[in-house]
Amino acid sequence: MKLVIAVIRPEKFELVKKALEVEGVVGMTVTEVKGRGEQKGIALQFRGRAMPVDLIPKVKIEMVVEDADVDKIIGTIRANGRTGKPGDGRIFVAPVESICRVRTDLEDSADL
Amino acid sequence: MALDSGDTAFIPICTALVMLMTPGVGFFYSGLVRRKNLISMVALSFVVFSIVALQWVFFGYSPVFGPDISGIIGSFMFIGLEGVGTTGDGIPDLLFMVFQLVFAAVILAIVTSAVADRVKLSSFIVFGLLWTTLVYDPLAHRVWGGGWAAQPGIVDFAGGIVVHISVGFSALALALVIGKRVGFGQYSMDPHNIPMTLLGGALLWFGWFGFNAGSALAANGLAVNAFVVTNISAASGALAWMGASWVRGKPSSLGMISGAIAGLGAITPAAGFVGPLAAIVIGMVSGVLCYYALLFRIRKGLDESLDAWAIHGVGGFWGTLSIGIFAIASIGGVSGLIAGVGEQFLLQAFGAVTVMVFSFVGTYIIARCVDALMGLRVSEDEEYVGLDLSQHGESIQV
Repeated sequence: MKLVIAVIRPEKFELVKKALEVEGVVGMTVTEVKGRGEQKGIALQFRGRAMPVDLIPKVKIEMVVEDADVDKIIGTIRANGRTGKPGDGRIFVAPVESICRVRTDLEDSADL
Repeated sequence: MALDSGDTAFIPICTALVMLMTPGVGFFYSGLVRRKNLISMVALSFVVFSIVALQWVFFGYSPVFGPDISGIIGSFMFIGLEGVGTTGDGIPDLLFMVFQLVFAAVILAIVTSAVADRVKLSSFIVFGLLWTTLVYDPLAHRVWGGGWAAQPGIVDFAGGIVVHISVGFSALALALVIGKRVGFGQYSMDPHNIPMTLLGGALLWFGWFGFNAGSALAANGLAVNAFVVTNISAASGALAWMGASWVRGKPSSLGMISGAIAGLGAITPAAGFVGPLAAIVIGMVSGVLCYYALLFRIRKGLDESLDAWAIHGVGGFWGTLSIGIFAIASIGGVSGLIAGVGEQFLLQAFGAVTVMVFSFVGTYIIARCVDALMGLRVSEDEEYVGLDLSQHGESIQV
């Protein structure tokens, strides 16, 4: 099992969510976050002075998925979350040690 | 030429009510935009109020209400309010001046609908000054200041032609010049704060009593008629839009308040000419008509972002025509189709169409010039982070 964490543009979120749903990825945890990458945000000019906006709103999606689905999911997020300009975001993949469901005593089963 | 103490007490109150409509428009619009542009929408309404307040004193009032010159424009004898004093016919001239000032301000505030989320503040100030001087002032003179429309008998009680048709079609022209918001039609730009819009709508409904009743320019029966039909039409519009949207899905609160504004816009020109039952029909037709205008606007992919055209333009157009249908001579001295007189309807239609064309073309030219000289739009990056940060250096977000 893998934990896929995608940080993407808020305005692309609905598209990405729908595309993932088509791929059968339904379960996710979503958070509104702020962040920056290599550009350190966006540099704006305000009355001749530089006015950096150093944290930009993003949406973070977290999904726990089968190892075999990871590439497909990354492809889907890329295809639907991309504008081609800086600020499209990042995807992180991390191993998951174990999963347990709160409602039942089920643990580490493929049903999760 | 004596002053009437009742009138002189009544009109300042109406003026204050109408003043509240300008930030009311700002709050109404601010809930409809995305969160990053909330401050900018409210700020625009205050900017508009302030620039029109000074423009009106220095050179706006005179060409509108100065003695008429060949039906086109008023004389410039009142520049800087020279000779506008505390005496007058019924109410002091100075009071009449300030009552008309708050009208001129709220009108420009409504136009900001077209440029929401993407306008450069400095360019809008220039555009606004030009627009209020070159589009609104000649129109107001034409209809209210004794210009050529007043003479053949086109009537407009509180501003259906001058206010609502002109802003609706001006907003449409301005939206065409400035272009769509980045991402319009690709992803959702849903309203971020509906209670804010409802609150703005409440301020508008409240202020509209001053707008319409005050347009009688006296504390009399006509003012009361306007007051009552205004409320009836607003309520009818709210219910009609809610009903029309209920058929297609859920009855949204946004639809309800939009319907109320549609009803208010439609009754504005007619408030001094029609009775309570006609006001129900005017409001209901306006609610449904404006709802379908909004759907049409979305289907056509037009980004007249906050629907000044669909609500004020279409509602005002219908309201202006409605005088020709429902007017009863015993209320305002004008008779419409139901009283068996067809002539007024044709006059109203003529007035509505000419103003529509004038305001659309005039606004288009002004907007093109401002765009060419200084650029109406912010850069794409500035639009992306939002106007709150890029135009004001402020943010409601932590």
